Amino acid sequence: MFDRDRWQEIFETLKKNKMRTFFTAFGVFWGIFMLMIMLGSGEGLRKGASSGMGDMATNSMFMWTQQTTMPYKGFPRGRFYNFNNADTRAMIENIDGIEYIAPRIQGRSATGDNNVVRGERTGAFNIQGDYPAYNLIDPMNINQGRFINDNDIALNRKVAVIGQRVRNEMFNADENPIGEYIRINGVYFQIVGVASSRKRDHQAMQDNQNIYIPFTTLQKTYNYGDIVGWYSITARKGTSVADVETRAKALMRKRHNVHPDDTRAVGSFNVENEFLKMNRLFAGISGLIWIVGIGTLMAGVIGISNIMLVVIKERTKEIGIQRAIGARPWTIVSQIITESVFLTTFAGYLGLVAGVGVIELVNKALQGAGDSAGMFKDPSVSFHVAVSALVILIIAGVIAGIIPARKAVKVKPIEALRYE
Amino acid sequence: MLQTENMIHLRGLHKSYVTGSNSLHVLKGIDLHIAPGEFVSIMGSSGSGKSTLLNILGILDNYDQGQYTLAGNPIVKMSETKAAAFRNQLIGFVFQSFNLISFKNALENVALPLYYQKISRRKRNQMAMEYLDRMGLADWANHMPNELSGGQKQRIAIARALISKPKVILADEPTGALDTQTSYEVMDILKEVNAQGITILIVTHEHDIAAMTNRIIRLRDGVIAEDIRNGEVKKIKEMAFAAAI
Repeated sequence: MFDRDRWQEIFETLKKNKMRTFFTAFGVFWGIFMLMIMLGSGEGLRKGASSGMGDMATNSMFMWTQQTTMPYKGFPRGRFYNFNNADTRAMIENIDGIEYIAPRIQGRSATGDNNVVRGERTGAFNIQGDYPAYNLIDPMNINQGRFINDNDIALNRKVAVIGQRVRNEMFNADENPIGEYIRINGVYFQIVGVASSRKRDHQAMQDNQNIYIPFTTLQKTYNYGDIVGWYSITARKGTSVADVETRAKALMRKRHNVHPDDTRAVGSFNVENEFLKMNRLFAGISGLIWIVGIGTLMAGVIGISNIMLVVIKERTKEIGIQRAIGARPWTIVSQIITESVFLTTFAGYLGLVAGVGVIELVNKALQGAGDSAGMFKDPSVSFHVAVSALVILIIAGVIAGIIPARKAVKVKPIEALRYE
Repeated sequence: MLQTENMIHLRGLHKSYVTGSNSLHVLKGIDLHIAPGEFVSIMGSSGSGKSTLLNILGILDNYDQGQYTLAGNPIVKMSETKAAAFRNQLIGFVFQSFNLISFKNALENVALPLYYQKISRRKRNQMAMEYLDRMGLADWANHMPNELSGGQKQRIAIARALISKPKVILADEPTGALDTQTSYEVMDILKEVNAQGITILIVTHEHDIAAMTNRIIRLRDGVIAEDIRNGEVKKIKEMAFAAAI
């Protein structure tokens, strides 16, 4: 392999036709360059999309009540109903696939007047009644203090965790909100934590202007009785969310005298489904990228193979001489394959480095631009992808060399003896 | 034993070229025995089959029928790898157009057969230098072929043919591209080589060149028409001369 004569021959052939060598190598360079760019972009898109969901548990679902659409047991259609605390217990007792269940309720919303007051400051924010489990299903960053805990629930404490935006509007930057009081719809709550969303854009903005208070406190303080607004539920490992979803909805229909076939009476959203859909989409994109990328690469490799054939045609006489003075067929074959692998690997490696370099530059630029990049985040090519691309290149180089090499071996040494 | 008696032994050798539906019968039963140390020239008009014969002798081409033994080795249909090894060890080639590798300098060209024997670079360059020196070209070792004259190139080619210490040198029109003066110089070198006991076979159509060898084999239409030994050559020449007068 590291034989001076062999490399002398390789460089001689490549040097003899610099232009041709350049364009041939460029085919492979471009192939792998594009593959890297596309893979990096695909990864960036995927990360961008998944960051939109924050760290929401992918095995989670949401369930809420809607209007009934079928008459049942003497009840008319078009009836409204509510979940209640007994439903929560019933689900915990009857559905064993549930990991976490977080009943939620929304206080008077911010659509109307200002509902939050602190001294001279007022604001309109959403009030959410929550269980501690909620922060396990759709976690937020707790910047200060803590989230609602079990004692808050048990003792109906009037405590609140405020979103970052609420903190910014209701407090000066140098004030410490922990331990301070705010008045929510006329009732004072002590602030125990500040939270910010892990999501992006609109969803993050909504999360950040929420005020989270204990579920039980909200029910009692604002006269909701035992009403539950909706549920966030996660499935245990090994249990499908869809299964939990079906069973929970059936249970709810039964408990609220809803017709068993009235699928529209209980609304739900299955995050796992969405997540799988998204994963399938990105698997599809990534598959397409590999097909297109490998295709481009193949075009480059076929170019190399073609040029090698031309080179062999040009060197028929030389190969003949070498054969006549005792070069074994294997010597010729390995010579040509080495040349082809060298050209492919060298050009490919440059393409790889250039591709990864461009992706890194884009990455730097995106980081410089801050969070506004939207659908695109941290484009990158993983190390093992780069390595496997290089391995593919080397194999492609061998394949590109095989056909010309076989042709070269078929050159009869007689050719060298023939008069010109 | 066979190898002491015959360096080259051909019996009933036939060869035809088939192109499409046409078959061209080129060699029609060649019987030839060449002893070690002979200096033989093969003559014949074009189409007489002399090049084909040389190709077969040089294991560059197959024959259809008959027997060929080279230095005691039966040459039958064999793998290219084995043929390459035989060519490398038993035969030295000298071509009309020199056939030096253009991007290798004189020294590297001479050393090439040893490269295929996997001899270390240092050792083969040292040996190549010796052979170049014998050809009086030591000063030209680092020159590329295109910087050399025809005679120099052919001497390098002869050095290359000799370096693997072959039993037989096969030369195809070795003087065909050279002027008379240089031709004679090259023939002198070949004679010297022959004097060291190496069998030499040259294909030529020049009578004066053939006359410098010890035996002339004349091919006509694929068979040996004449096989004249040294001494007889001169006689025939004189006769021809007399006849001309």
